[in-house]
Amino acid sequence: MTASSEPGAFLPKAERRGLGRILADVLAKPARDPFALAGLSIYLVFVLVALFADQFATHDPLQILFQPNGRLARNLPPGETYWLGTTHSGRDIYSQLVYGARAALIVGVTAAMVVVAIGTLIGLLSGYFGGWVDAVLMRVADTALSIPFLPFVIVLTAFLKPSVWNVVLAVAILLWPNTARVIRSQVLTIRERGYVEAARVTGAGHGRILFVHVAPNILPLSFLYGSIAIGWAILTEAAVSFLGFGDPRTVSWGYMLQDAFTSQALSRGSWHWFVPPGLCIVVVVVAGFFLTRGYEEVLFPKLRD
Amino acid sequence: MAAIVTAQGLSKHFPVTRRLGDVLAGRRPVVRAVDGIDLAIAPGESVGLLGESGCGKTTTGRLLLKLETPSAGRIAFDGADLGTLEGEALRAFRRRAQLVFQNPYDAVNPRFTILRALAEPLINAGIDRAEHEDRIQRALARVHLPEAARFAHLYPHQLSGGQLQRVVLARALVLEPQFLVADEPVSMLDVSVRAGVLNVMREVRDTMNLAAVYISHDLALVRYVCARTLVMYLGRVVEDGPTESVVRDPQHPYTRALVKAVPVPHVDQSRDPLPISGGVPDARDPPSGCRFRDRCPRAVARCAESEPELRPRAPGHRSACHLD
Amino acid sequence: MDVLAVEGLKVDYRTPRGAIHAVDGASFTVGAGQVVGLVGESGCGKTTVARAVTGVYPRNASIVGGKIRFLGQDLLALDAAAYRALRWRGFAFVPQSAMNSLDPVYRVGDQLAEVLTERGGLGAADAARRASELFELVGLSPTRLVDYPHQFSGGMRQRAAIALALALNPKLVIADEPVTALDVIIQRQVLDVIRELQRRLGLSMILVTHDISVVAYVCDRVVVMYAGQVVESGSAAAVLARPFHPYTMGLNNAFPDLQSSAGLLVPIEGAPPDLAAPPGGCRFAPRCPFVQERCRAECPPLVPLAEGQSSACWRATEAETLRAKSRDPKTWLRS
Ligand SMILES: Nc1ncnc2c1ncn2[C@@H]1O[C@H](COP(=O)(O)OP(=O)(O)OP(=O)(O)O)[C@@H](O)[C@H]1O
Ligand SMILES: Nc1ncnc2c1ncn2[C@@H]1O[C@H](COP(=O)(O)OP(=O)(O)OP(=O)(O)O)[C@@H](O)[C@H]1O
Ligand code: SF4
Ligand SMILES: [Mg+2]
Ligand SMILES: [Mg+2]
Repeated sequence: MTASSEPGAFLPKAERRGLGRILADVLAKPARDPFALAGLSIYLVFVLVALFADQFATHDPLQILFQPNGRLARNLPPGETYWLGTTHSGRDIYSQLVYGARAALIVGVTAAMVVVAIGTLIGLLSGYFGGWVDAVLMRVADTALSIPFLPFVIVLTAFLKPSVWNVVLAVAILLWPNTARVIRSQVLTIRERGYVEAARVTGAGHGRILFVHVAPNILPLSFLYGSIAIGWAILTEAAVSFLGFGDPRTVSWGYMLQDAFTSQALSRGSWHWFVPPGLCIVVVVVAGFFLTRGYEEVLFPKLRD
Repeated sequence: MAAIVTAQGLSKHFPVTRRLGDVLAGRRPVVRAVDGIDLAIAPGESVGLLGESGCGKTTTGRLLLKLETPSAGRIAFDGADLGTLEGEALRAFRRRAQLVFQNPYDAVNPRFTILRALAEPLINAGIDRAEHEDRIQRALARVHLPEAARFAHLYPHQLSGGQLQRVVLARALVLEPQFLVADEPVSMLDVSVRAGVLNVMREVRDTMNLAAVYISHDLALVRYVCARTLVMYLGRVVEDGPTESVVRDPQHPYTRALVKAVPVPHVDQSRDPLPISGGVPDARDPPSGCRFRDRCPRAVARCAESEPELRPRAPGHRSACHLD
Repeated sequence: MDVLAVEGLKVDYRTPRGAIHAVDGASFTVGAGQVVGLVGESGCGKTTVARAVTGVYPRNASIVGGKIRFLGQDLLALDAAAYRALRWRGFAFVPQSAMNSLDPVYRVGDQLAEVLTERGGLGAADAARRASELFELVGLSPTRLVDYPHQFSGGMRQRAAIALALALNPKLVIADEPVTALDVIIQRQVLDVIRELQRRLGLSMILVTHDISVVAYVCDRVVVMYAGQVVESGSAAAVLARPFHPYTMGLNNAFPDLQSSAGLLVPIEGAPPDLAAPPGGCRFAPRCPFVQERCRAECPPLVPLAEGQSSACWRATEAETLRAKSRDPKTWLRS
């Protein structure tokens, strides 16, 4: 087979960029690694529930419900109408749980995206240009890293109006330096690779070297840090809501826990109220951990054998 | 013929970590990787750069491609001073001067297909997309990988070392450069496939009128590809001449030892003791005068006092030694 | 009696992809006072053979067949303690990255002394005397015994590694690529040390290398390996001048020679087979210009052909003709 006889086969796939290949790598992985597969499946279920919360929920999560006899439907055990029972103020727990997934998804994914975007960009610039650019950016990162996490979120929430976006903002501000540092050190080694020099010799500019040759090779790492950030953000949101600094109009798992706690669900033994949200938080955070674990092997192959 | 690449008084000193003593004495120690070399390479000429590890071969090659900034001295490419090249002029230089790397697996982006890697220089040079296929095929044919369709969509790790090194060479040739630096292009390859890459380099030399610097520590390989050889020792050129006469009639005592030390693949060969002993001294602190004097079997007092300059010994053959 | 006789050695590596038959039926001998070169392409199993003999190999390796006799004694039948007793005194190993195998935090002399006292049972004073002696033997000044490895150059470290191997007067030294990373002048100095040791101590040695010039310079005999098997062995002079195996002929063409005029170098096209699933017949068949029907079907055995020279090729009897053809570069061209 010669190229000239098949010109069509020769060029068109040239556009199959680094990014497409990374995506292929990322998607091919779970098929082989049981941890990654478990993590991804959990995320998938969680995303579906969040997206179609209206379909999954049986009631409005904030609506105060009444029984047919006109009495407030409060503190009911799990049953046919209220699958996981009702809260102290007569709201459907199952529906709250479903909508809580949506809140968690919004907080987790946006926070992760912001963290990855800022961290990757700063890591790239810092590692690639070095010198004073690096010195300044890393000083900023150190400063951000030295801020204590929960107190900062609480102060922020207290200053701004309580809202889930505070949590996103706080997580973004405080978590990007971790990502940036790891990306930076990775860039430092990639910068020395022959193919980067080769790009320079053939006349590629800084922008091109940075985004075509260096960035695609660190994106898997960004992805990894992104999935860590999702778990962190969800956990933080839960903690903030549990402490009562959350947004009272948004039903989240943390809000549910706080509601259960203040209503003495614990002493009343209403496990059907506080166990499900707690379990959901744990499961989603663990899923993030599984994914990380699975992809770590892709990124740092030495972990095998 | 006017040279396409010339260098005068070329030096590169790298700062090294200061020890406490250096700081107290206010010294700023440097490695004199390249320390005052002159050279001129004619269009179409292949020059071998030979020497022991750490003598400054790679640094010289990188200086000639403007991948390092000289500490002193001047390089001219086709009459233009490399030091002042910027913007469009620098881009034009990058199209005309190329590099071939030692480790082929490091030299090609692992996430690019071979085709994409070969298109990269064309994209950077702003060459019309319509021409890419044609040029890439021509470059692949030059390095004897004509089954382009078979290789084009493979990734680097799917090729053998010899094949990949030819791809790296093709990438360097795809812009039809006038000047090529090849830094130990076969030292990572197995003997049985080395010959293939060396033959391609020879052909390219003959058919493309390419000026080339071929860096190696192996005289037998330099001899196979280059008509002329420069021998470096501790950042200086100590001998410069036609390769055949460097091999047959080396002038500098260091080159003599080097030629003598190369083993050959026959059982009957000279096993006389080498005329020199020891290893290369620290480049941070080279001996005064002639840098080779502490290992030289013929050193005299004058060698410690002044540094010998390259002097003509035979037609086109110079060496830097006080004696003879 | 031969110092070492390896017969039909088979070594596998277990990997997630299945077993790699890194050595698949290798046989050769090392006579007393001989330096034997073990040559072949990267990955052909040279290090694996060397490590099998020394009994120090990675955990995923296992010897699945063959015999290794050291001075008539079957090494594979020995238990761990008996094997350990032979190490250093019977045979010693200089590993592939010997240059970096010295411990950076101890003085070189202390590392030598440790072997001498712990393994050799010498007293401190005797050990110090012996250490100086060993350093002189490999051409290093005993004053450098107090240095740390990083204060040595590559060639000096390589010599120190050889001195360490010689500490307890072994009969056989197995050196894996002792000169590969060295510059020619230093390489020559180390090779001269090896020749000197052979002459003065009557040392036997296996020298692993991929450079046939190194073999030509120091070795009495040579064993050529290809894809886990020995394809040719014999005296260095005979094998280099009169090869019987097409792979050896190809190697001769691929090697530059500074002594003769710069003739054309000819590559052996293609690459060695995957050792996890080697071809059924002759392993060189896919690259061999002289391949025939039979070669692809059956694996040729290693058979004696001329004085002390053996080769594993179905067409070894036609070697004369094949040698003539092999000198023509066109023979090796792939269509
Ligand atoms: N970026 C650098 N910073 C500091 N020192 C350097 C740098 N690059 C090279 N050197 C030093 O400069 C000297 C010459 O190095 P160079 O790489 O040019 O040698 P070489 O002749 O190519 O050697 P080799 O054969 O080992 O590749 C060495 O002593 C080296 O340690
Ligand atoms: N620990 C290991 N696990 C799995 N495979 C291995 C291991 N060590 C070596 N191999 C494989 O076994 C084969 C023989 O390896 P070996 O190191 O003996 O080759 P070699 O001839 O010494 O090569 P080189 O010249 O590169 O040192 C190779 O294909 C190699 O990839
Ligand atoms: S047996 Fe056949 S294929 Fe193998 S080396 Fe001999 S001729 Fe070539
Ligand atoms: Mg170099
Ligand atoms: Mg090896």
